[in-house]
Amino acid sequence: MASLTRSREKQQQVVRLDQEKLSVREINEYLHHRVRDGARVEIANPDGQHNLAVGLDADIDVDILGHAGYYIAGMNKRARVTIHGSVGWSVGENIMSGSVRVKGNASECAAASGHGGLVVVEGDASSRCGISMKGVDIVVGGSVGHVSAFMAQAGTLVVCGDAGPALGDSLYEAVIYVRGKVHSLGADAREEALGKTDHAKLTDLLGKAGIDLNPKDFKRIASARKLYHWNSDHQDDY
Amino acid sequence: MCGIVGLLIKKPAQRKELGRLLLPMFTCMADRGPDSAGLAVYGTPVAQGLRRFNLFVPDRQFNWKKLADRFRDQTGATVELTAVENHAVFVSDVAPGAMRAWLAECDPTPHLLSVGRSIDIYKDEGHPTEIAKRYGFAELSGSHSIAHTRMATESAVSPAHAHPFTAGEDFCLVHNGSLSNPYQLRRMLERRGMRFETDNDTEAACRFIEWRLAQGEPLNAALHTAFAELDGFYTLLIATGDSMTLVRDAFACKPAVVAETDEYVAIASEFRSLAHLPGVKSANIFEPLPEEIYSWQA
Repeated sequence: MASLTRSREKQQQVVRLDQEKLSVREINEYLHHRVRDGARVEIANPDGQHNLAVGLDADIDVDILGHAGYYIAGMNKRARVTIHGSVGWSVGENIMSGSVRVKGNASECAAASGHGGLVVVEGDASSRCGISMKGVDIVVGGSVGHVSAFMAQAGTLVVCGDAGPALGDSLYEAVIYVRGKVHSLGADAREEALGKTDHAKLTDLLGKAGIDLNPKDFKRIASARKLYHWNSDHQDDY
Repeated sequence: MCGIVGLLIKKPAQRKELGRLLLPMFTCMADRGPDSAGLAVYGTPVAQGLRRFNLFVPDRQFNWKKLADRFRDQTGATVELTAVENHAVFVSDVAPGAMRAWLAECDPTPHLLSVGRSIDIYKDEGHPTEIAKRYGFAELSGSHSIAHTRMATESAVSPAHAHPFTAGEDFCLVHNGSLSNPYQLRRMLERRGMRFETDNDTEAACRFIEWRLAQGEPLNAALHTAFAELDGFYTLLIATGDSMTLVRDAFACKPAVVAETDEYVAIASEFRSLAHLPGVKSANIFEPLPEEIYSWQA
């Protein structure tokens, strides 16, 4: 690959892939088949391209040096992907493990359907953040848009700012923590008192996200579990 | 899926750069809409009493000079002709009603794409790159422009079904999305005397806004009425002689991203369409919120 350049940085070899010179397919092929665990790879000039660093399954660090498009780091396993900019729709979609960090803002459906690992959005996430999450932990430094954590099954969504309309609609067993204002709760989501395990969880996730806030300032939102089974008294809520 | 782009140049001295900056935005969005495309551009208004009439015919070897000569002879109106293949601009002192009546008698009848003092509209079937090349989008100058690349999902692929759609003078819009009540809107508007050119859902939205404007509502009020009455998905980009306005439906189902600097406001369905713009890395980049009205003055 002629356009690869190698440099020494902090005693670690960094491979730089330039999206202006390589196709998204070539970049992903490199990340899938030509890196060893422990490698560090930079993707320069992402220029809003979609599908960068998708489907990784290696213990590597990937830095995307700018704004990127849709589905960045989707289906991630083990890798740690950092986007030094903002991203479009569905960053970290269906993440299995590892971590994805967005230094800027994320558009809709961040970490949608995520099964595990950690997704951090340092800025704002948009609507449908954590939709149908299945075990992923998500920390948003700013606010989230409408219908976030819709039908969220497992995992934790931490929102350091505000939450938009219909937060946690049809929530299953995922838990949401919000520090700011909640515009409105969705069907079957309710506010609950913070317990000891909540403090521990928040301390752990805020620590991993590198956000210095007091867990006591968050509210806990969880499922009232009234929509689990059909109940004609609640038929308007389904 | 469709692509939309818009660009408003803030500094008059840079308005000759409009086409050069817009072209890569537009062709990038061809991936979202390869079947047809269109663009509206707003230049320096013609003098009071004159209007720009943009005309289209399917025949790319059409003799526009002959048509302009006949127009002059038959109507007694002035005309200054600019033509590229199947597109022409008549700058004329004829009244819009008289122009429509005269066009209706022509065989073939040219399609009146737009009327106004500053608007030009180009649209046709085909790949956006080919359309941009044919009409010389790279050389366009002006204060602002909105454009559309179409992937038809609900009505035919034809030049008339391509966006932008116009309403009245110097007003047009492009749409990414699909409406679920266009026929309901259309029946309501037709009862009130509104005329439609196509069966396209975007035209229903356009005629609805046209109707509200004709009722005396300012654009913002008309858009609030539209939020209540339009059912479906839409990111709409709307232009007038001196403004560009962006709205998204209540669920924000269709994408849009805005990049604003001291020099321009650029809007696209996807950020990759804006990535080449000068200074975009330090621009104020944001995603417009649902049912918020974002307007910029040209």
